Amino acid sequence: MPKAAYSSEAPIVVDSVSKTFRVPEERSHTLKERALHPRRRTRHQSFAALRDISFEVGRGEFFGIAGRNGSGKSTLLKCLAGIYGIDSGRIWMNGRLSTFIELGVGFNHDLAARDNVVLNGIMMGLSPREARARFDAVMDFAELREFEELKLKNYSSGMHVRLAFAVAIQVDAEILLVDEVLAVGDAAFQQKCFDVFSRMRDDGRTIVFVTHDMGALNRFCHRALLLERGAPVYLGEPHEVADRYLEINFGRNPAADGGATGRHGDGEARVLDAWVEDEDGERRGSMPQGHRIALKALVRFTVPVEDPVASVYVLNDEHVAILVATSAREHESSGHFDAGEEALFSFSFENVLAPGRYNPLFTLAHSGTGLDIMDRFEGSVSFVVTAAQALGGLIDLPVEVEVARRPATASERVRA
Amino acid sequence: MSTEAARYEGLGRPIRGPRALTDDWARFWHLTYNIARNDFKLRFFGSALGYLWQLMRPLLLFGVLYVFFTKVAKVNNQHAPGQEHYGVQLLGSIVLFTFFAEATAGAVRSVVDRENLVRKIQFPRLVIPLSVVLLASFNLALNLVVVLGFALAEGVVPALTWLELPLILIFLAVFATGLAMLLSALFVSFRDVQPIWDVVSQILFYASPVIISVVTVKEKVGATWFHLYMLNPLAVAFQQFRHAMITHATPSVGQALGSWADLLVPIAIVVAVFVLGFTVFNRSAPSVAENL
Repeated sequence: MPKAAYSSEAPIVVDSVSKTFRVPEERSHTLKERALHPRRRTRHQSFAALRDISFEVGRGEFFGIAGRNGSGKSTLLKCLAGIYGIDSGRIWMNGRLSTFIELGVGFNHDLAARDNVVLNGIMMGLSPREARARFDAVMDFAELREFEELKLKNYSSGMHVRLAFAVAIQVDAEILLVDEVLAVGDAAFQQKCFDVFSRMRDDGRTIVFVTHDMGALNRFCHRALLLERGAPVYLGEPHEVADRYLEINFGRNPAADGGATGRHGDGEARVLDAWVEDEDGERRGSMPQGHRIALKALVRFTVPVEDPVASVYVLNDEHVAILVATSAREHESSGHFDAGEEALFSFSFENVLAPGRYNPLFTLAHSGTGLDIMDRFEGSVSFVVTAAQALGGLIDLPVEVEVARRPATASERVRA
Repeated sequence: MSTEAARYEGLGRPIRGPRALTDDWARFWHLTYNIARNDFKLRFFGSALGYLWQLMRPLLLFGVLYVFFTKVAKVNNQHAPGQEHYGVQLLGSIVLFTFFAEATAGAVRSVVDRENLVRKIQFPRLVIPLSVVLLASFNLALNLVVVLGFALAEGVVPALTWLELPLILIFLAVFATGLAMLLSALFVSFRDVQPIWDVVSQILFYASPVIISVVTVKEKVGATWFHLYMLNPLAVAFQQFRHAMITHATPSVGQALGSWADLLVPIAIVVAVFVLGFTVFNRSAPSVAENL
């Protein structure tokens, strides 16, 4: 398959890279076992960790790699870093490279900060002279100046992380490979890390960032690659990657869990099927936030029925009804239905639900209060709402935020 | 192929995965040196008496062996030529053997014990066993100062043959490095390398002129076995050390082997072990991070 030439300025080019791990089924760790069973070949299971991955990262680009646990994203990063060899394909790097797979690699707890900083700096690619020259800057950034003679074992875990991060960012590499190091530390420290990475991005450094935090992906990355079972699923806009990631994560087979449980009613009508549709009329197990969503129920009447009322309750994970809608309010009369006739009820709305899993519950009742139930249908469909970020509310209404400045009065200024 | 080549033109350097060696020799050396230095510091400043303990080990072994073999069990023919300064000879051999044992036994677990480095950072893998050998060399250097002091106090006269000492030490270090590479690579797949090497190391201690002088060995085992005994690279290093450093009365390796040409055999053994060790290590280096 002919491909276009890669652009020669690209700091990172990955060309159809594959990697397979050979996992021995029964591991013989000793010579004795080998000697006793010389003919028994250790059987290996092949595990394709990466399948035919190609991409290119431009200079100054903040490139995300997303995927679930075991999707191969960390393996890909280690291949880029040269820690794992690849079985086929090629990788090129153009520029000084630094890897942040784990903070504080090689830190020794019985040594003082200085020795650790120097060794870690050399590990990250500095010369010993550079590493020693930057020691002061490291200690200042980590805010550990007064503890520099202390052995690392006497550091708190927070101090430890601060020191490790401070060393890591001293390395002036042109290409940074970052694994989810930001998952450590408290919120304030994470913010500090994010600030540093934003600054690096603005400095035009090329950053490859592995994460499953879709918020971070959206905030920082220019482009992202989504992996699933070692294969590339999508390469493009971070928000699109984030949506698909959440789909893969939650919407794998939403109909599989549950079943036709909890049916009540007199049975004069039956909900045959109920599902979730997007604006194009496709049935979906997951829906991105902000698009129109339709909950539909197909009903068959077993006896003639006058003005039936269909209702839907959208329950969240905690079985709280987040949304209730009924046909009674919209259509005073739904009309007459003969025995054997079918009707399709549709409830559509702008999807403002918070990300998570939802169970719609349909009821079909006789005209009137809506309590005289013919059929109640729950659990057979559930759907997942995907969004880049969970803000914490039950619904995410579009909210307009304004800030109005109120100048201080003269008397307040005097007090200040 | 030309279009293939054109596609990849000017792309910077290819990433080939982990290797035993590197193009960046400065970094290779800095890493090796600093890992060894930090480990040395740990031992040096690890306890209140620091280096004293480091020194105590060979000295205590020396004390026990000296008292036992000169006062209790008189294994050596003490009237044979070359028995003067027996104490210095014994200590010298113990110090050299301590270096060999530290470098090889320390290397066995080294790659596995540094798993966190191997799996998290790209660096030439050979740094790990080499830093173990370098650490043992630091200790050797300090111990040799003690041997020197002891020798001068005992009345050993400096001689021109002391110039041979660096060559002897290089010979020993190359042998130890070859084994260090071999053992550290094998241990990743075979965990019983460690007990096996412990035993082999013990055997080598007694199969080398540490306690028993070569003259005594020759008297006891006969010429053929003695010839085999002297092909052991450790025997070569220790005996030549005794001859060159302490007393010319004890035979040189050339005299012990019969001819200097026979020295080619132990040299060939050392070179072969080094090449084998490097080859095995080099082959396992690309996948060692996955196999740990």
